[in-house]
Amino acid sequence: MTKIRCKTSKEIGGMGHSMKRKEDARFIQGKGNYVDDVKLPGMLYMDIVRSPYAYAKIKNINSEEALKVPGVVAVVTGRDLEKYNLHWMPTLMSDTQMVLPTDTVMYQAQEVAAVIATSRYAARDGKEAVMVDYEPMKPVIDAHKSLDADAPILRPDKEGKTDNHIWHWEAGDKEATDKVFNEADVVVKQDMYIPRIHVASIETCGCVANYNKVDNHLTMYMTTQAPHAIRTVIALVAGHVGLTEEKIRVISPDIGGGFGGKVPVYPGYVIAIAVSFLTGAPIKWIEDRTENLQADSFARDYHINVEMAGTKDGKIQATRFKVLADHGYTDASANPSKFPTGLFSIGTGSYDYNNAFMEADAVYTNKPPGGVAYRCSFRVTEAVHAIERITDRFAMEVGKDPAQLRMENFIKKEDFPWKSPTGWEYDSGDYHAGLKLAMDTVGYDDLRKEQLEKRAKGEWMGIGISTFTEIVGAGPSKDFDILGIKMFDSAEIRVHPTGKAIARFGTKSQGQGHETTYAQIVAEELGIPAEHIQVEEGDTDTAPYGLGTYASRSTPTAGAAAAMAARKLREKAKKIAAYLLEVSEEDLEWEPGKFFVKGAPEKVKTIQEIVFASYTNHPPGMEAGFEATHYYDPPNLTFPSGAYICVVDIDPETADIKVRRFVAIDDCGHIINPMIVQGQVHGGLTQGIAPAMYEELIYDEDGNILNGTLMDYLVPTAVESPNWETGHTITPSPHHPIGAKGVGESPTVGAPPAIANAIVDAVSHLGIKHLDIPITPFKLFKKLKEVGAIS
Amino acid sequence: MTMKKITVKLNGAEHSAEVEPRLLLVHLIRENLNATGTHIGCDTSNCGACTILLNGKSVKSCTVLAVQADGKEITTVEGLATAEGLHPLQEGFKENHGLHCGFCTPGMMLRAVELLENNPNPTEEEIRWGISGNLCRCTGYNNIVKAIQYAGAKIRGDELPSTEPEFV
Ligand code: FES
Ligand code: FES
Repeated sequence: MTKIRCKTSKEIGGMGHSMKRKEDARFIQGKGNYVDDVKLPGMLYMDIVRSPYAYAKIKNINSEEALKVPGVVAVVTGRDLEKYNLHWMPTLMSDTQMVLPTDTVMYQAQEVAAVIATSRYAARDGKEAVMVDYEPMKPVIDAHKSLDADAPILRPDKEGKTDNHIWHWEAGDKEATDKVFNEADVVVKQDMYIPRIHVASIETCGCVANYNKVDNHLTMYMTTQAPHAIRTVIALVAGHVGLTEEKIRVISPDIGGGFGGKVPVYPGYVIAIAVSFLTGAPIKWIEDRTENLQADSFARDYHINVEMAGTKDGKIQATRFKVLADHGYTDASANPSKFPTGLFSIGTGSYDYNNAFMEADAVYTNKPPGGVAYRCSFRVTEAVHAIERITDRFAMEVGKDPAQLRMENFIKKEDFPWKSPTGWEYDSGDYHAGLKLAMDTVGYDDLRKEQLEKRAKGEWMGIGISTFTEIVGAGPSKDFDILGIKMFDSAEIRVHPTGKAIARFGTKSQGQGHETTYAQIVAEELGIPAEHIQVEEGDTDTAPYGLGTYASRSTPTAGAAAAMAARKLREKAKKIAAYLLEVSEEDLEWEPGKFFVKGAPEKVKTIQEIVFASYTNHPPGMEAGFEATHYYDPPNLTFPSGAYICVVDIDPETADIKVRRFVAIDDCGHIINPMIVQGQVHGGLTQGIAPAMYEELIYDEDGNILNGTLMDYLVPTAVESPNWETGHTITPSPHHPIGAKGVGESPTVGAPPAIANAIVDAVSHLGIKHLDIPITPFKLFKKLKEVGAIS
Repeated sequence: MTMKKITVKLNGAEHSAEVEPRLLLVHLIRENLNATGTHIGCDTSNCGACTILLNGKSVKSCTVLAVQADGKEITTVEGLATAEGLHPLQEGFKENHGLHCGFCTPGMMLRAVELLENNPNPTEEEIRWGISGNLCRCTGYNNIVKAIQYAGAKIRGDELPSTEPEFV
């Protein structure tokens, strides 16, 4: 383990200091500014009529009664939008999605019409009064049946579509991998389903669209994680009606949690813009929780078949993955363009072997579109669950302790950078150190002894491990773009004459603490106290262009940009210091916050003096002022890792599952703010136990959602969430300017297999080899009954 | 719709309003009285983002009608701090990183006010059950528990627990 080092004093508050968060002052006093807090003069409210059917023809929409409701101003349908060619919109994956339907609804809770009124309550009354005639049709709900010959073709609007297949994807070497499988001593296989879940950030989605007819200018307040990309998308969609990009300002105010759910463009946003454009009034649309759960982007929904081949003594030799991806009625994922399965190909894991083959097919069904993150960088959770479960199955098969088997198969620290069988170059890692620390912290050997003793008494406890490799920081421009825009990110630092600064970024915090951590990065590089560096994001009129915050990319990209921009300023500072001290630049040495003459530390200029001089006494020939911008294009992704151990106790009568302990050791490279990193890990772990034990969006065969409210979609409370034990190792990224890797999603990625492995481990002696998540007591109870372990 | 005149005391200041009988208290607070620190996170009384104190008792203000608050005292997050400074819970949440996005925070703190009043020195278990009507999607709750323990110690006048992250 490497200790966190601080190169700057506490006053400067650079990297490594657990600085308290600057943004908290407003949040704890009720002075945050979330989108529903935005109130504009003359503002109208929008509510949305939604389909009760999963698949139906719309025969008629009658708004007569709705228009009689006091306060209702208008009812907007797909036919109205069609006149402006705004009834369809592109998705980020180059598919198409309805804004409002003209003929057919494709999933339950789909938007059907919008009601505009002078108050929230009037809009809701109007919504109840809109009469829609539907002709229900038999929907396709089961992804496995989507490609059946008798399945209806769901997207006849797409030219030449003769089935419900969306795309096929492959990675790795099929032939070489098949050969290893054919010759291997041991092959284990497992089908698993990674269920459809929902991010359920406590703030739902919404916007206030404010089109000003006089200036032909749109200001869009919106719950978005990627304001710049949204501005460009709006310009692409609405350019033909005169809304060109300079006329659009997207403001992403304080965001009440995002987790990927606030990356996509939802129909509600587009309708609000269209209505504001037509009426000239500001339009507020705030979805309620039920709409949020039922209609906004889902995550996961991958049916995976995974296989592992290896030797009798436990050496992993190859893996094969076959995925069926249920995308709902359109592919509205938020992946980089070239990666339809996101970064699923990280699924070969933390182990040293050379052969893997993966393939995936995506299909349409009558379910809501999506395929977003849920706090996971582009399908990494699905991949990690598969590899970590199958590794345990393999260990079980060859009769080895799962910790020992992992230790024997890990890629060694000295073998980095390491080329994975699917083509990634892992930048750095020390997997042995991470797992060792986790085992020492949890007391692994003693727990195994306890387990044996308990089993002898008929008591069940399990220990589960997950040692995962993440892949974040998308990404290098040669491979990564969203709708053609490269996935760099940006920072602009402007230092005022008195040595205090404002720094602006292309990303957007949704709780990650950027106002503090970015300030710390700049403080580290320039020696200006973090307290005096104001960070701003989320206003496209002022911030430099960037692709936003998701996929743990902010520190790897914008964080790097902050360091690079600050370094440009330090170069300038050096020149000014040399001029002021009348020495050559080579004679100067830097210490956080000042340049001094080598060997003569009394000849010194502080950064504040230097900045002041840049405005008052800058060297002849040099540009005045003190500001810099950097657009950072990462040379590679970063590969954080973790070693998690979960201990569970199972009640042998009720199958109730109690997480007794959970130790999470994360390696995210150099740490900017330990308090914030730890907080991110806690939060991610709770979003890891959620799909492992509680959450799943369930549909019946007619496409009715069975748990579409917070009453029955079980977001863990403080009672279900255990007391997380956290720790870290530090393996810096060799290519990142400050050696950081990103951390926000690691725990969500790594926790589910640790929990699933622990539960299976607790009952493996009863002949149970696998359980799909979420593993609820009921599911476990049924399985225990099936194997005759419970009566 | 017939309107009804009500008078409430919000954070010490009296307000009168003409409201529809169906108006939810949370909407009265946020929209009629412009105190937007109280949030809305669901439509089924599950999330607790709207928690306030009504005559000193924590309630989910999305589940109370504005007319039911007639003649009563309401405390929201805006009313926690005093001239002397932050409320111990506000300090506790900030010092212990008990919030990320801040959306659940006002409700969480108001709930904790009553929790600590009823039980000034709660165990971790009691805190976890005590806030189980309030959801947080960001923090994983560890630091919310610490924040409430910190505030408890501060209110009792005990030595304050360390706010350093326990990061092995
Ligand atoms: S808004 Fe969710 S409980 Fe009141
Ligand atoms: S801090 Fe975001 S929901 Fe609690």
